[in-house]
Amino acid sequence: MPTIPPSLYKSRPVYPGLSWIAGARRHLITADGEGALAVLELLNSADQETRNRAILLYTPGGSKQLGHGAKLAPLLPGACHEFPSIETLLFRLNVELTRANMSTRLYATGTEGFMGQVIALAQGHGVNPLSVKTEHRGSLARRVQCVHCKGFMDGVTTSIVACSHCGISLFVRDHYSRRLGAFQGVIVNAEVAEEIPAAEELYP
Amino acid sequence: MIHAHDIRVRVTAIEEVAPRTKRFRLQAVDSSHLPQFAGGAHITVALGDDDGALRNPYTLSGSPQDRVGYEITVLRAADSRGGSAFLHEQVVLGQEVSISAPINLFPINALGRRHVLLAGGIGITPFMPITEQLIDLSQKFELHYAMRSDGAAPYETLLRSRLGHRLHVYRSDLRERINLESLLEGQPLGTHLYVCGPERLIDGAINAGKALGWPGENIHFERFAGPPPGDPFEVRLAKSSKAIAVGQHQTLLEALERAGVEPPSLCRGGACGQCEIPVIKADGELLHYDHFLSEEARSSGRSIMTCVSRFKGRELVLDF
Ligand code: FES
Repeated sequence: MPTIPPSLYKSRPVYPGLSWIAGARRHLITADGEGALAVLELLNSADQETRNRAILLYTPGGSKQLGHGAKLAPLLPGACHEFPSIETLLFRLNVELTRANMSTRLYATGTEGFMGQVIALAQGHGVNPLSVKTEHRGSLARRVQCVHCKGFMDGVTTSIVACSHCGISLFVRDHYSRRLGAFQGVIVNAEVAEEIPAAEELYP
Repeated sequence: MIHAHDIRVRVTAIEEVAPRTKRFRLQAVDSSHLPQFAGGAHITVALGDDDGALRNPYTLSGSPQDRVGYEITVLRAADSRGGSAFLHEQVVLGQEVSISAPINLFPINALGRRHVLLAGGIGITPFMPITEQLIDLSQKFELHYAMRSDGAAPYETLLRSRLGHRLHVYRSDLRERINLESLLEGQPLGTHLYVCGPERLIDGAINAGKALGWPGENIHFERFAGPPPGDPFEVRLAKSSKAIAVGQHQTLLEALERAGVEPPSLCRGGACGQCEIPVIKADGELLHYDHFLSEEARSSGRSIMTCVSRFKGRELVLDF
């Protein structure tokens, strides 16, 4: 499994892994793709009472054909909600957070781009990013914002990528914005636009 | 000991605001504006006849809008090592003292959605500027104020008119107790809790928060237990090769400051970790009174928090 290499950038979040938060009255768990496997482990480690307090919002993303959702549903009868996309999941999460109180705790697992968006949304509800339990699973693909046109791209796996909005060739920096939940893409070789180095697959 | 960054101020008003509790107003000797502060900040006041051998932290209880004078509200502590007794009995109107610039280790969280403030007795002081600020910022908040009896603690009347229904008073003479669990239960997401008061209240609030699954990031507290007095002892400094005597009512930190070696410090209450100094040799017992070092760190004896902790034994050598 690919793991996230340590970064020199302080802005780069760390993902220490999922574990149950004692005392919480409600566990609001969010996952995309392979994050389902982290949730499975978490649920298997819990007693019935803890599970009764959990609700899962899941979107399969690139793992759709693996059918993880079907393994999770029986563990959380009535509390396992599957969504077709990250956007639809976040819409529901927003509703849940609006209703939540301080004894509701948030968990996020899956790709970095997904966790970043969950955390950014929660921050808007006054949740400190450090109080969200996180675990990275699956692809190292990055969510990138083009600093020039401000457009977002999901699932970027290469060091250099053409912006899907404005077409500029972008170098994917290690600089991460917590507010946006995205890495910065900055124009490659700004002096000579024709000399663009080959893109390397860095974030499989 | 006068520090380079100290501000010389004059006491321009002294008022008894509750039994054994006095408010002091301090204005710059040269009539200049004082540095701005936010609610929760404290200053260090140099005390004692002996050129300020003692330096005590006091929370600023006045208005952050007031640039002309600072106010501190001081309870005459029964077991005072001299700080509050000096302020209460020796300091007179017009007297000059030295203070540090404000330091804030208890600020309100600007991203908070709601603020629950919890004060016990004299622990009300940081909430005077904080409530003013929260009102200015149109933030949602409530203040819970525990006291012994009516009039036993300062500013109740002022707070009633300022806060109205947002103030909740609990009097222990009427057997009114704050039920911390029910206070914290059901608070909306994004709530922050701030506690200032006796240890019991702080520990109770932390435990109630934990029991309800609150994130530690949303619980803030300020302990104001002063450093305990103890037997005098001597300390040797390896780097600056000095031998320094620490008096009975003096802290190790104050003794180092007096010797002119400029040790680090911030909260002066054993909480922030800033004043930690490595121990080279301790032939005797380190008396740790801080809230900063872990159990392991304490028993390893590798360092000491100079603002509150002491030593008992033959020889103490610090890496400083
Ligand atoms: S100055 Fe903060 S712990 Fe000593």
